[in-house]
Amino acid sequence: MREISCLEIIDTVARLCIEANYYLGDDVLEALRQARENEVSPVGREVLDQILKNADIASQQSMPLCQDTGVTVVFLELGQDVHITDGNLNEAINEGVRKGYQDGYLRKSVVDRPFSARINTRDNTPAVIHTEIVPGDRLKITVCPKGGGSENMSQLKMLSPAAGRQGVIDFVVECVNRSGANPCPPVIVGVGIGGTIDQTTLIAKKALLRKLGELNSDPELAELEVDILERANALGIGPQGFGGTVTALAVHVETFPCHFGSLPVAVNMQCHSARHKETIL
Amino acid sequence: MKITTPLNNEVVERLRAGDKVEISGTIYVARDAAHKRFMEALDSGQPLPIDPRGQIIYYMGPSPAPPGKPIGSAGPTTSYRMDPYTPRLLEQGLKGMIGKGNRGPEVRQALKKHKAVYFAAVGGAAALIANSIRKAEVIAYEDLGAEALRRLEVKDFPVIVVNDIYGADTYEEGKAKYKRTSN
Repeated sequence: MREISCLEIIDTVARLCIEANYYLGDDVLEALRQARENEVSPVGREVLDQILKNADIASQQSMPLCQDTGVTVVFLELGQDVHITDGNLNEAINEGVRKGYQDGYLRKSVVDRPFSARINTRDNTPAVIHTEIVPGDRLKITVCPKGGGSENMSQLKMLSPAAGRQGVIDFVVECVNRSGANPCPPVIVGVGIGGTIDQTTLIAKKALLRKLGELNSDPELAELEVDILERANALGIGPQGFGGTVTALAVHVETFPCHFGSLPVAVNMQCHSARHKETIL
Repeated sequence: MKITTPLNNEVVERLRAGDKVEISGTIYVARDAAHKRFMEALDSGQPLPIDPRGQIIYYMGPSPAPPGKPIGSAGPTTSYRMDPYTPRLLEQGLKGMIGKGNRGPEVRQALKKHKAVYFAAVGGAAALIANSIRKAEVIAYEDLGAEALRRLEVKDFPVIVVNDIYGADTYEEGKAKYKRTSN
């Protein structure tokens, strides 16, 4: 049994909220530089230059990369031999979000009464928390601020199993196509295939956390990722939708076994400001 | 091309889809919730808190201003959500909007009819854009927080004309140019 204090969790989450919103990961920066090299459209290249320059300014001036500092999605991998002390785990996560969004001058974008009064909760809570119990005595915390523009372009479809591989590709590509300029391309396309509707969407979101530049380790899924990326980049949407050859930086596919009468597919779109930071306590 | 607000027909007639433009002067900031209140005001015969004639509205909700800066990060939000409200504002004389993403057919029709222009800024370039904002103040709907109505003074704010008064659309043209057929 190993003890982890809620006080440490609060400070850690607050720090991750700020770091995720100010600094792009090296993998994302590298993918954007690569996109700048590969893009054929002059306007597309200028857009990518602005995006890269923006990342420099944000880190140098300690400012959010994007004003939409998102809904705070937090993934926890909690070792079964950890004992949380000094409070309640979920409350500690939310307190960390409250502190990070206040101290980091991050925008509070969460509203309650979503279909009616839409009242801002004023501190960006509640976070969306996904907790997984795993072996060991550590706590891994991943903070992923998720912007509304790309989330709004995400889709779920319950395909018929007969639709197969081609049906999956067509649905995902059409989702990218219909999204156009809205999700702030170049995007990362998170795809979940299989499971139940809750599981499908969750693995699509988790797929966005994978390091850019890495294909799925399963050769069949890696091949699917390459094929979808090729189709998505043939759409012509380009950076910010002004036309170009880089519409998506990557396609990440994850799967989960499902009912023999089902083929659920979820597409979670991620803008180029692909922000997440993690740490292990 | 550099332009200064307020806009008149002569300026708007010169702008073509795809043009790169730098905007200077006063612009207003409103997004979903402020637009809803504009409509409530118009429905009840109340005056709008701003006179929209010749003005530009920027669809944006900034992050909080850190000490020593006029505003936090300040990039565009997705524009289609303002589509239901836009034709009525164009009727009131609004001349420009800055956002990102496609507009619906009603808005594009209204842009032609009322001689107004839709510009896009680069979504996610919010820290860069903040550097072109010299002054920011909340002028109404303060209770809306990041969604309050704001007035900005901008200098060389970089945008691209998406929809001009002639019916052209830079997203459609760009996409058609780079579309490739694949399996």
